[in-house]
Amino acid sequence: MSAEQESIFIGIEIEEPAASDPELARKLEEVCPVSIFEATDSGTEIIASRLDECVLCGLCVEAAPAGAVTIVKKYEG
Amino acid sequence: MRFYEYEARKIVELAGIPVTEYGFCRTPEEARAAAEKIDGPTVVKSQVLTGGRMKAGGVQFADTPDEAATHAETILGLEINGHMPRGVLVDPKAEVKQEYYAGVVWDGTAKKPLMLFSDMGGIDIEQVAEEHPDHVGRGHISNLDPVFDFQAKQVIARTGVTGSQLTRATPILARLAELFREKDMLLAEINPLAELTDGRFVALDAHMEMEGEAVGRQAKLLREELEIAEDDTRESYEPSDFERRVKEIDASDHRGVIQGKDHNFDGNLGLVIGAGGGSLTLTDAVRSQGGKPANYSEIGGNPSVAKACGLAREVLQKDGVEKIAVMMSIVSNTRVDIVARGVIKACLELGLDPSETIAVFRIPGAWEEEGAKILDYYGVEYYDRSVSLWDAAGRAVEKVQG
Repeated sequence: MSAEQESIFIGIEIEEPAASDPELARKLEEVCPVSIFEATDSGTEIIASRLDECVLCGLCVEAAPAGAVTIVKKYEG
Repeated sequence: MRFYEYEARKIVELAGIPVTEYGFCRTPEEARAAAEKIDGPTVVKSQVLTGGRMKAGGVQFADTPDEAATHAETILGLEINGHMPRGVLVDPKAEVKQEYYAGVVWDGTAKKPLMLFSDMGGIDIEQVAEEHPDHVGRGHISNLDPVFDFQAKQVIARTGVTGSQLTRATPILARLAELFREKDMLLAEINPLAELTDGRFVALDAHMEMEGEAVGRQAKLLREELEIAEDDTRESYEPSDFERRVKEIDASDHRGVIQGKDHNFDGNLGLVIGAGGGSLTLTDAVRSQGGKPANYSEIGGNPSVAKACGLAREVLQKDGVEKIAVMMSIVSNTRVDIVARGVIKACLELGLDPSETIAVFRIPGAWEEEGAKILDYYGVEYYDRSVSLWDAAGRAVEKVQG
């Protein structure tokens, strides 16, 4: 899944099955300092309106299995 | 925070400095009663937070209580520099032998309070200092150690005052210095400090300004002794819509700090500026090079993208703004890329081209490489620390003036 609507600078992509993992969703919600992720029963919901607040800390990438979460800098073309 | 004269007189009185028997009145009837109590000629003075009272007719002399009431009625309806009076102060018309000046100001360069005394009171101390420098005595006091009378005495003696006048004025200046420190004042002034014909020294007028950040610490003085309401902020002017909206944006997010002022600014170059004194320096640099700022602002403390965007949006939407300059000195905790995102987002949300709208972006420091990538992507002119604040401001002026 990905959430790019409403964001100008940053996109975040979460691969399946990680995107539907409720345990990972809780982790992502906890680690993100700018509240981009919300844990739901069906997995991780990305709050698109928060994406541009991403501080590029990479904690979400570290919290997820390798390669499951990708941060996209839209200004890098 | 500024104080009305009647409040400043009360502060002086609480510090043990002699004052004349004055009365603060809100109606002509109260003014009549105060004059009857004084039982002699009086002065009726408008209580406004602005200067030029005498010239505007806000100070009148009365020989009888009826006359005091008539003057009070006139003065209570008299607007001075856009301010309506809160009341009038009825004061005995003192028999003055000589007028002096006693003051304490914060010396920002020395970072200490500075005592001032002059034997030429009743006029602006700045004028005396310029025209009669030998009639002004000065001396710093410690921020921590007690204020000793001998320090005040030395300051007064420098003006040539001797004898009983020196002895009587000394404790007044020393107490004024103590109250300045204890009450977190930026300015504590008695002008004139009068020597009456019977030899007594009394404060005939006082002017106080308290550090705004100290309002919480000084709650006892403000709320209990002076009975000033919490919402009585004493702003020197009514905040503009721009200022109110910037304040709301700042309050809505705990990250970072933004401030925006546009009182007396009507130029075409919007400023999104800040960092360690950068705002003042940059505003001066723009003006000194012929630029016309549309506002003053401060941004720092690592604001969110939304906060930086909010400030930039408000600046861009001001009447007459053609371009904005985004400039700071070197930042450490504020991130260049976050501010870059914020100001570019503001342009895009308003349908403006960032490369045309942002005259200059000059913020070196934390995450500047990431910031440069964003600015480069949107074609915004970016300067790092190799370009001085002065040169960046000059470039912004050049671009907005075409």
